[in-house]
This record gives sequence, structure tokens and C-alpha cells, in this order.
Amino acid sequence: MSQLFSKNSPFLARWTAFKHDRRAAWIAFVVVGALLAALPFLVELGLGRSWVRVLNFTLLYIMLALGLNIVVGYAGLLDLGYVAFYAVGAYCYALLASPHFGLHLPFWIILPIGALVAGLFGILLGTPTLRLRGDYLAIVTLGFGEIIRIFLNNLNTPVNITNGPQGINLIDPFHIGGISLNQAHTIAGITLPSTYNIYYLFLLLTLLIIFISMRLQNSRIGRAWVAIREDEVAAEAMGINTRNIKLLAFAMGASFGGVSGGLFAGLQGFVSPESFNLLESIMILCMIVLGGMGHIPGVILGAVLLTVLPEALRYMGDLQRYLFGSVIVDPADLRLLLFGLALIIMMIFRPAGLWPSPQRSRELSDVET
Amino acid sequence: MDIFLQQLINGLVLGSIYALVALGYTMVYGILELINFAHGEITMIGAMVSLAVINLLIGSSLDLPGVMIVFMGVLTAIPACMALGFLIERVAYRPLRHAPRLAPLITAIGVSIVLQNVAMLIWGRQYISFPAIIPIQRYEILGATISNLQIFIFIFSGLLMAGLVALVHKTRFGRAMRATAQSPQSASLMGVNVNNIIAITFILGSALAAIAGVMVGAYYGLAHYYMGFLLGLKAFCAAVLGGIGNIAGAMLGGLLLGVIESLGAGYIGDLTGGFLGSHYQDVFAFLVLIIVLVFRPSGLLGERVVERA
Amino acid sequence: MKYSNITIGIIPLLCLALSACGKQESADTATHTTTAEEVVKIGAAAPLTGPQSHLGKDNENGTKMAIEEANAKGLIIGGKKIRFELISEDDQADPRLGTVVAQKFVDQQVKGVIGHLNSGTTIPSSKIYSDAGIVQISPAATNVTYTSQGFKTAFRVMANDAQQGKVLGYYATHQLGGKKIAIIDDRTAYGQGLADEFKKAVTEAGAQIVAHEFTTDKATDFMSILTKIKSVKPDVLFYGGMDAQGGPMMKQVRGLGLTTRFLTGDGGSTPEFIKLAGADAEGAYSSLPGVPLAKMPGGEEFGARFTPKYGQIQLYAPYCYDAVNVMISAMQQADSVEPAKYLPKLAGITHDGVTAKINFDEKGDLKGGMITLYQVKNGQWEVLETLETKP
Repeated sequence: MSQLFSKNSPFLARWTAFKHDRRAAWIAFVVVGALLAALPFLVELGLGRSWVRVLNFTLLYIMLALGLNIVVGYAGLLDLGYVAFYAVGAYCYALLASPHFGLHLPFWIILPIGALVAGLFGILLGTPTLRLRGDYLAIVTLGFGEIIRIFLNNLNTPVNITNGPQGINLIDPFHIGGISLNQAHTIAGITLPSTYNIYYLFLLLTLLIIFISMRLQNSRIGRAWVAIREDEVAAEAMGINTRNIKLLAFAMGASFGGVSGGLFAGLQGFVSPESFNLLESIMILCMIVLGGMGHIPGVILGAVLLTVLPEALRYMGDLQRYLFGSVIVDPADLRLLLFGLALIIMMIFRPAGLWPSPQRSRELSDVET
Repeated sequence: MDIFLQQLINGLVLGSIYALVALGYTMVYGILELINFAHGEITMIGAMVSLAVINLLIGSSLDLPGVMIVFMGVLTAIPACMALGFLIERVAYRPLRHAPRLAPLITAIGVSIVLQNVAMLIWGRQYISFPAIIPIQRYEILGATISNLQIFIFIFSGLLMAGLVALVHKTRFGRAMRATAQSPQSASLMGVNVNNIIAITFILGSALAAIAGVMVGAYYGLAHYYMGFLLGLKAFCAAVLGGIGNIAGAMLGGLLLGVIESLGAGYIGDLTGGFLGSHYQDVFAFLVLIIVLVFRPSGLLGERVVERA
Repeated sequence: MKYSNITIGIIPLLCLALSACGKQESADTATHTTTAEEVVKIGAAAPLTGPQSHLGKDNENGTKMAIEEANAKGLIIGGKKIRFELISEDDQADPRLGTVVAQKFVDQQVKGVIGHLNSGTTIPSSKIYSDAGIVQISPAATNVTYTSQGFKTAFRVMANDAQQGKVLGYYATHQLGGKKIAIIDDRTAYGQGLADEFKKAVTEAGAQIVAHEFTTDKATDFMSILTKIKSVKPDVLFYGGMDAQGGPMMKQVRGLGLTTRFLTGDGGSTPEFIKLAGADAEGAYSSLPGVPLAKMPGGEEFGARFTPKYGQIQLYAPYCYDAVNVMISAMQQADSVEPAKYLPKLAGITHDGVTAKINFDEKGDLKGGMITLYQVKNGQWEVLETLETKP
């Protein structure tokens, strides 16, 4: 493996040549586009329709992970309360499109509102914590995440805003005009069930978020984030307004979380505070650490792996039953243990992640020598 | 008045436990500038190990007196936690000492998750009850109730902290520790073995955590694989409140936080006219943390300056 | 050039999806070896792994037993010999996985679902079943929301939190003679829901709520809220929450010298509560929906058949057994296994189950569900009495 990717391997040379060929890029683009469009059909054919739902959740986590990636991966600010923004987005959707307040706005209005509100919360969190070093920031963000959850859980008295621990139910599904995405539709002779419609909606937004992430990475702002991550004092000396740039990282990351939260609410039709606990924050962090902080393909890989892993772990129970005659270790109990081990092992042996960005892995290997 | 006194007692007992755990954070932070996220979990392991030993001794045919059994439990838990602390530093933190700041933090979270889940696999998910082998005596003071266990926790943690202060300020080892905290490079030039000092700091902190764990277990009469996490977080808030890196600060911060939580949960309803209630008990620690970091980042007695980007 | 970056990102996604395709197909074809009889699939969902797996397994066993018995009878419905097939899925008590499992059942065209176990999974999945027109009978979910969403397909064979809260309130004011009542809840959907229903019932009965304090489902220290409660001198203290907090709370109540009566719901009605509270558990009251096995119409006989095969009944197995039987009974009455046909029959059914006589009200809730009250005596929960819930 290492030889395959070493600097002067013939494989890498061919790959680089391929990457720089414009025609090849177009062909790849068309092929991938067609594959993405056909993906739910392929998945259903191979695994059954419930896996299309898993696919939707995978897309949702990709969006979340990309949002956290801006804060942690690009700007190097360890945020352990990211799930708070996810929660804010989800509750925005739930309050604006459910019988709870009797409001029924369409999702394409709510999602931007959710992104905006979550972004504001990002600034709210960012402002007092700007001066803090990485480790303090981690604890404060963790506390912030808990505070948001505690408030969502308790704001049913004296005025009922969030409906407390009972959560908000009967949230409107996604609909565009009179067309509900929650029903099967037949377009050009192909029947698309609801999970397919949702897949295409999620896919569209995921691609949009990937696109924004890519543009940000190569922009002035993106480079400023990296500069702050590497050396804040030097960045400031170079004339970067570190305060605003850091706040922007919080706001951007938070707004991605807000969009994902809205999508989660619309997909589930039910939100309650218990969905937004600390473990969820840590799981999203695991995704980007495992995949490769600051590297979009890596983050996507991490999100896919960690969403599919629990599904795959189900088979571990069967495997144990087959091997030992009974289930010795409950696979659900192993999930978190594996996450924790992955965090430690990755940081020690492969700190740049499974699929690191070329630049980042150079930086990290420099530091270690 | 009796109610206020009772809340104060509740707060001071809770606070002395926070303070014991906070010492571990503060010592490690003082030297390595690392938040050892796994410290709360070491407390949990301490409670679990001592409980296992206590249950074993009760089940055995030896007819030992209650105090003796608890003592044996503590004596097993301390070396177990010391070994664990040493191991964690060696395996998870030392290889990353010169890595970017984010790396050891993420490992620390990883260690914390691993310890929790290993404990869950060994001892199960249920709450485990601490056998009531020490007879509890209750005393009435001005209408408030206080038990012998509460008095013991308060006095014993005070003694431990005083011992630690003496160790750091009066001994050769303590001087080496303070030197390392100021500058590891110069300390090593002066002939201090920095690696050893760091290892011993982890071991000392873990021993205190083990004792705190047994106290928490005995006081509430139960242990659980998740018990270390929130305890650790709050203890960390206490350490920051007092001034992280400052041993006396950790004690003051712990006691203060305990009292704030207790009085807060007791009186917030009356103060806000019923608008806020004891639902928000867990918010206080984090609010205190944020307020301190914004207005006085060096903490109440702080030495170290927080901001060092 | 820009696009090649996307390409890289998508490849692993595809690889994963495709590599997983191989295994499943063989399993699918194996189930299609149909005989002359008609196979009717019934879905069962519960947490089969994780902290509640013992309850989930119990549910699965109760369901399995009912299905095996029905198959042994060789029922004929709609002119065809029917063989029921149980499809059991693990929802891990996770609301998100609950909907994945529900979607799985819809794909496999099950004719009815027994589940889920937790309210948190039952509520979001009920929408999927309702959209697909599949009948769902929950044996264990007690949250009021489940049946109040207006879904025609949602039923339960267990008294809900509102019914239980009412009975508890009645008991606290009438039987225990409570005038000044303090409440603590743990701010979970279950604890808060139960505490609110209790509060309503108590207030209606004319008693005074002197304190309402809160804790969490992870707390161990209740000293400050209990001290506050002590200052208002209640004669009954009600806790809405689980045993893991209820037990230590009971201990601290007595530790503070509070002698008030302690009352809690089904979450605290466990041996674990007594273990955690130790000697201080003595005298505590609790309630459980349903009737103790010994007092169920067919309880003894059910236990005699169940225990040798599957071991000790944990909690809900008899309710699962009844849920399956009431569903099959409706199918027989309608002479059809199609949910659309048998659903109206189910709504109007009267069925003698092992747990109770089962009728549903217009929401799908159990009519006149029973609640049993217990008290700790000599370190054990002893039955006090069984009360019928009023509409």
C-alpha cells in the first residue's frame, strides 16, 4: 500500500496524469453522476429498500461531518458541542412545520432559516470563546452543547416552546408546492418511492455542501483558516483578522449543522432532545478524525464508514452465534469501544486520517520529526 | 436557616469530592498543559475496583470488620488506578507530546470512551450498589442533618490536599515538579528527569482519583460505568474556577462549585419566581466555566495565564 | 479538474454499497421456497442488543410462542392454509434505527407488526406503518403520544402513562390520604409524562402540590432538591423516573430524615430499586401497568407453557403473546390477512387474552386497562391491589 502511493511509484504518476486530463475528468464526472442517480436502485436491488434509508442517513452524516470539518479540520478549533447546531436546525424545522405552533412553512424556506439561526448560535458560542486555546475551547463547546440540550429539554414551562422531553411530533414531510416527497411519484414510467425522493433531495444538498466546502477551502478565507490552525500569532501578523475569521468558521460550520438538523426533522417526523446528546457530537468528530481532518474526500469516507459500521456490526452477533454457539460480546456494546480505540490509534499512528489531504499529511509528518 | 445550613453542608461535601478530582486535572495541566479527559474515568475505575474487592471480601469466609473491608478495597483501588494512570500516559499521551495540540486532546477523548466501555463490558450496564457495611450515624446540628460519612469525606479530603500541598512545596520532588511546570526544557537541563516527573504526576493524580472514586461510591451507595464522566467535567470546571495549575485553587474551586450547585438548585426557583427551576442544576458548572474564562481566565487564585495561543 | 475531487470522494461509497450486495441475495431466495400454504409475515421489533436486550428477547419469545401455537393449529383464513412467519428485527432502542427497521418491514410486506418496545422508537415508526397501512400493536410503549397522533393503524395492549398517572394520583390522594404532595421528575419523556399526569390527577382530587423539582436520568446526587422538599413538609413524595435514580433517591430521602411516603411508577417497580435503596426501600410504593401474572386470567397457565421453553418471564412477554393473538383473531373474523380488511375488525374486537380482556377505544388504547400497586415489604415488592383505569 505504502509503496503504491510512495512518491515515485508508477501508479501515482499515471494517476496524476489521469487527474490532470480534462477529458478524463469529464468522463469521470458523467459516470459518477449516473452512478449517484442510480445508487438507490442498485442498493435496493442488492440489499433491500431499508438500505436506501441507511443511504439517506449516510448523506445526512456526510453533511454534518463536512460542517464540523470546517471548524475542526480547517480552522483547527476543537468543537465538542457541534450537535447543538444540529439540534437548533432540527427544532427550527419542527417549530415552523408542525401542529405545535400551527405553522406549516415549506422546507425550502425553513432550511435557510435553520441555517441562519444555527449560524447565529455559532457566533453566540464563538464570541466568548475566541480567546481560548484549543483544550479550553473543547470543554466550553462541550458545555455549550449540554446547555442547549438542557434548555430544549426544559423550555416547556412556563411557556411551552419546545414541548420539553416529549419532543415535537407530526412534523410535516418535505413538500414542494403541492407535491409531497413523502409519496411515491411516477416520472417517465419510473416509480420513485418516498425514500428515493428524499435521497435525491439529500444528494442535491450534499453536493451543494461539498461544493461550498471545496470553494471555501481554496478561497482566501479557507487559507486564512489554515493559517490560524497552524499558527495563530503568525496569522495575525500576516494581517488576518483572526477574530472575524474564527467567528466565520463557527458560523459556517454551524449553518451546515443547521441544514442537516432540518433535514433530520423532516425525515424523521419527530424530534426530541434525547437525539442530540454528547455521543452524537463525538461520533461526528470520529468521522472526520478517522477519515482525515480537513480533507473533503476523507471526511466523506469517515462518515460513510461510521454510518455503515453499526449496520455491519449487526452481523457480528450472527457471526459469534455461528462460531461459539452464543453471543459472547453484544455487538452494540462494542461499537463505542471501537470508536474510542480508533480515535487513539489514528492519532498515534496515522494522525492525518485514513485518507489524508496530501498537504496535511506533509505538515503532520514534519512536526513529528 | 436550617435549610440553608443543610444546603451548605450538601454543597461542601459534594465540593470536597469535586476538589479531590480537580487536583488531578490541575496537576496534569500544570505540567503538560493537557486536559486529561480520562481523569474522571479513573475515578470511576477506582470505585469499581474497590467495589469488586469489597464484594469479594464480603462473600468470602473471612469475617472482617466493615471498616477493614473498605480499607482493603481502597488499598487495591489505589495501585490499580496508579498503574492505569501510568499506562495511559505512556501509551496515549507520551507519543504525542510534540504533536499538534489537537492530537492529544482527541486521544484523551478516545481513552475516556475506551475506559467507559471496558468498564461496561466487565461490570455491566446496571448501577452496582455499594454494600452498606459501615454503620451510618446521623447528627443533628441546628436542624440540619449530617452523617459520620459526610464529616469523614470532608475532613479526609482536606487532609489529603494539605499533604499534597506539602509535597509540592516542601520536598525535592515537589521542586522538580514545579520546575518542570515552568519550563520542561530548563528543568531537564538542571538535571530533572522530566519523563519521570510527568509519569509520577499522572500516578499521584490517579491515586487521588481512586480515593475520590471510593468516596463517591460509598457516599451515594452506588457505582456505574458512566459515573466518572460528568464528575470529571464538573471537577474540571472547578479547577478552572480556582485557577488551573494551582493546587490551592483546585480546592477552593471544588468547594465553591459544590456550594454553588447546591444553593443554586435549592434557591433558583425562589430567586427567579419559578421561571427557572432545578432543571438547570447541571447548567451551573458550565456557566461558571464560561463566565470565569471570559472575565478572569486565570481563575480565582490563578498562576497560569489561560491565553497562550 | 475540479470534478476529479468529487470523484475520489464517491468511489468508496460505491465500493461499500456494491461489496455488500453479494451476501444478501442468497438469504432472500432461501425464504421464497413456498409450499402450498400461504405465508403471512409478521414483524416484531425490539432492542435485541444493548442495555435492554433482556426485555427485547423476552418480547421476541412471547411473540414467537404465539406464532408457533397458531401455526400448530393450522388456521385457514380466506380459504387458504396459513403459515405465519416471524421476522424479528433489532431496533437497539434507537429512534433512528427504529425507522430503518420499520422501512424494512414495509419492504418485506409484513401484514402486521408487534412492537416496538420503547416509546421513543414506537412513535416515529408508527408514521411509517400508518403511511403503508400496516397494523401495529405495541406491547410495551406507554407514552400517550403514540396513539394520539390520529393513526388508525396504531394500537397497544398496555395501559398508557396517562392511565397510570391517573391511578397513581388517585391512590396518593385517596388511599394514602395525601394532602400536600411533592413531585420529582427526571425530565425524560417517560418521567415527565407520568409526573404531569400524576400532577393533574392529584390537583383534581383537591390536594396541593407543594413542590415540583427536577433531576436527570444520569444524576446520583439529589440532596439539594430533597432538602428543598423537606422544607415544605409533604406527606407524599412522587418520583417519575427509573429505578437507577429512584433507589438512591429513596436512600437520600431517609438520610435527610424525611419520613414522607415515597411513591413511584413502573420505572421504579423493580428489584433493582430495592437493591439500590437497601434497607431504606422498606415501605416504598410503586405501580405497574397490567395485572400480576398470578392474577391474569390465563397467567399461571401461560407461565407454565412459557418458562420451560424460554426461561423466566422478564416483563412484556405475555403482552406480546396477546398482541399476536388479538391480531390473528381479527384476521379470522375478517377472513383476510390483509391489514385493510382486518383493521376494522381489530378496532372493534373483544378478545380474552392472558393479560386481560382486550378492547380498544377509538384511539387504539386499551379500554379499562389495569394498574397494580405494590409496596416494599421485607425487601420485596408485594402486591397491594389492582385498580381499573377510568376513561
